[in-house]
Amino acid sequence: MSNPLKTSLLTLDARTKKRNAAETRFRAYGIAAIGAGLAMLILLLVTIFGNGLGAFQQTFVTLNVPLLEEKLDKNGTRDLEKIKKVSTFGYAPLLKKAMEETLTEYGIETNLKSKKQAALLSKSAAAQLRNYVLANTDMIGETVEFTFLANARVDGYLKDRVTRESIANDKSINAAQLDMVDALLAAEVIEKRFNLSFITGADASDQRPEAAGMGVSMLGSFFMMLVVLALALPIGVAASIYLEEFAPKNWITDIIEVNISNLAAVPSIVFGILGLAVFINSVHLPQSAPLVGGLVLTLMTLPTIIISTRASLKSVPPSIRDAALGVGASKMQSVFHHVLPLAAPGIFTGTIIGLAQALGETAALLLIGMIGFIASNAPDSVACGFLDPNSAMPAQIYEWAQRADPAFYERAWGGIIILLVFLITMNTIAVILRRRFERRW
Amino acid sequence: MDTIKISAKDVQVYYADNHAIKDVNVDIADKTVTAFIGPSGCGKSTFLRCLNRMNDTIDICHVEGDILIDGEDIYDRRVDSVQLRAKVGMVFQKPNPFPKSIYDNVAYGPRIHGLARAKSDLDEIVEKSLRSAAIWDEVKNRLDAPGTGLSGGQQQRLCIARAVATAPEVLLMDEPCSALDPIATAQVEELIDELRQNFAVVIVTHSMQQAARVSQKTAFFHLGNLVEYGDTNQIFTKPSDPRTESYITGRIG
Amino acid sequence: MSNLHISSAFDRDLEAIQAQIMKMGGMVEAAIIDAAKSLETRDIELAEQVRNGDKAIDVLELEINEEAARVIALRAPTAIDLRLILSVIKISAALERIGDYAKNMAKRTSVLDDLPEVTGAQTSLRRMAREVQGMLKNVLDAYVQRDADLAMAVIAQDEDVDQMYNALFRTFLTFMMEDPRNITPCMHLHFIAKNTERMGDLVTNIAEQVVYLVTGGAPEEARQKGDLSSTDSSISKV
Repeated sequence: MSNPLKTSLLTLDARTKKRNAAETRFRAYGIAAIGAGLAMLILLLVTIFGNGLGAFQQTFVTLNVPLLEEKLDKNGTRDLEKIKKVSTFGYAPLLKKAMEETLTEYGIETNLKSKKQAALLSKSAAAQLRNYVLANTDMIGETVEFTFLANARVDGYLKDRVTRESIANDKSINAAQLDMVDALLAAEVIEKRFNLSFITGADASDQRPEAAGMGVSMLGSFFMMLVVLALALPIGVAASIYLEEFAPKNWITDIIEVNISNLAAVPSIVFGILGLAVFINSVHLPQSAPLVGGLVLTLMTLPTIIISTRASLKSVPPSIRDAALGVGASKMQSVFHHVLPLAAPGIFTGTIIGLAQALGETAALLLIGMIGFIASNAPDSVACGFLDPNSAMPAQIYEWAQRADPAFYERAWGGIIILLVFLITMNTIAVILRRRFERRW
Repeated sequence: MDTIKISAKDVQVYYADNHAIKDVNVDIADKTVTAFIGPSGCGKSTFLRCLNRMNDTIDICHVEGDILIDGEDIYDRRVDSVQLRAKVGMVFQKPNPFPKSIYDNVAYGPRIHGLARAKSDLDEIVEKSLRSAAIWDEVKNRLDAPGTGLSGGQQQRLCIARAVATAPEVLLMDEPCSALDPIATAQVEELIDELRQNFAVVIVTHSMQQAARVSQKTAFFHLGNLVEYGDTNQIFTKPSDPRTESYITGRIG
Repeated sequence: MSNLHISSAFDRDLEAIQAQIMKMGGMVEAAIIDAAKSLETRDIELAEQVRNGDKAIDVLELEINEEAARVIALRAPTAIDLRLILSVIKISAALERIGDYAKNMAKRTSVLDDLPEVTGAQTSLRRMAREVQGMLKNVLDAYVQRDADLAMAVIAQDEDVDQMYNALFRTFLTFMMEDPRNITPCMHLHFIAKNTERMGDLVTNIAEQVVYLVTGGAPEEARQKGDLSSTDSSISKV
């Protein structure tokens, strides 16, 4: 007689079926969640790149400008001091002349006056011309080919930001100018090209969005990161080592540890207020300086570094410490010769992640004045790099997003792309470092 | 008759309020292998770690009584535990070579104790230690290879080489073969037999057969007390204390 | 100290070996009694039985040795367990020798059947055999109960057996000197007597093993050498 409780393995019983169904459902939820996350990520990236890639291209106008001696150097002495006296106003006629000649050369007819013709060029064109002449006084009298930035509206027209309908109420540009642009485009005098100075150049005022670049604010971020690295890493690691290896296990140490963990959760703007109160008002460090920004960000990054360093130190197996002590090493020797090298990958990873966080930090910089500052001049020296007022990348982006001209809006997106590239690079380095130095013991 | 190397008198060890080791009196002879046996938690490892003051690293651990090495009390305030550990080497249960090269593993101890002035001296010490650990022939061509890349038995022998590199006089071994396969175990036991010609060796082991094979003197610990201490032959054929007999023959109670 | 090992299989192994020893001991006891009886009553069939029964005793000894070797290889016994196994091996060897002597006694019974009877010899021999069987029973009890004192008593008892042998030796000499036709049967009987005396010595060996098992050492007094026939020349002077 067969046992009624015995079932064949080849048939699934009810409980197993239910369990399998539950697991399948759970897996489906997981995939759906990942899908949702991925979808949002893709949406984010598409939006960013869609809006921001345009910033890397800029419209340029190629003109042959006669460097008329009678305008620039009346006496013919090539005296630099005298030539300097000619301001950018004085160069404007040269540009007008160049424009007229180009139109004639390509047979483009227009009703516009020469002033309106030259208005196609960026307002930085005159300055660019003047800088060239001051640097190459021997070229006065020659005709030199220049590539100037076109103004923001022209650029916008080529990027489809500006259309013939939208210029109806626009004072900066009119339909006739757009016709001229079309003609010049056909003649290949105007063209859209990759714009390196977006990455390397300085910020520009409201009137010249086409000339605005991230370069100087990148330097500002760079100096700040240097400060953070130089201060947060040693202090953080030293504090961690002390807390982990040497501190006695009593209530004082417990309080310190709790406070450090809490600091990691403090909103960053609080650090900004602290920075304002201490560094700027009490110690009187220069406002908007990367040094101050770096100090504030150090305070912010310190808890992160301490916590990650402690985790790395804890992960070193006690057998290594025992082995070192057993051979007759002192506590210090065992920590510095054995524990620290093994914890190094984790410490580096934590530091880089902390730096990456600091790089993207904006609120903390608000109160110390690095937001709203127009970073128009690159610092002259390393010392100036720390002490001269500057901006930071996220601050710059925020600044651009606030300005009225839609051309700045595009640049804000471009800045975001640059920032993202930095962050991804830093995180990739962190991953590579971790993989490289991970050792099995 | 061998001279007494380590002399313990009325040793008590407390972990906070827990009286872990009670009234231990034992004389450990030089150039002899002494085995500590006993059930888990009986205190043999704790007592072993007292002999090189490794228990100092544990805050709640408190040692009373005298432990004399060559007549000097190692718990005297003037004694530096770091200096002590150069004289009393230790090998642990799980092989724990430093994640450095084989050469650096062995050279680390002599370096920090200043035992070698020139690189050639250091080379000599490293070779001598690796030879006395019976591993020189296997690694002499790859001294720069990482110590963690060796097999389990080789790693343990490397740890033994590291321990003897500081020219200790006593070698403490805490279950050195428990993580090794039988062949590696046999090699390490053979090594211990050679080492005892130069050092006093104290070995804690869970395996009674190992204690019987390797040691000349055996001490049986039970619940923190030293129950019986005598010649290995006698302990394993005619133990005096019924508790010893129970443990050795595998009886309950 | 509890007598049970943590490993109950070990306990079962040891119990099995001891049970076999007791079985072997019982078989040997029976062999002694039967051999002596067959001699006295000239029972050829019983003698044949004893001779055949010896095979089983030999087989048991081999089994016990194998078991003991197995326990040594697998359990690595120490202290009292080790002494137990060593004593078991020696005791089984002694028992097997005693069994052989009993078989020998039975063998000679069929020979003696054709020869003239020697007065009183059978009775004395039977008494001697009884004594030895009694010693064997006692020593096996001492073994089971781990009683060293009882074992020592058995060792002392061997003196009686030796005395009985001496007496028989003189008797046989007398008989042989009286009548040459007695020489053949007396020679056979003498061998039987000598074998019985040897059985007593072997039982004493077993008793010494019991003392070793219990105390770990040899019996303190030297064993009494009661058999003077080889050393004392006066015994042969009738």
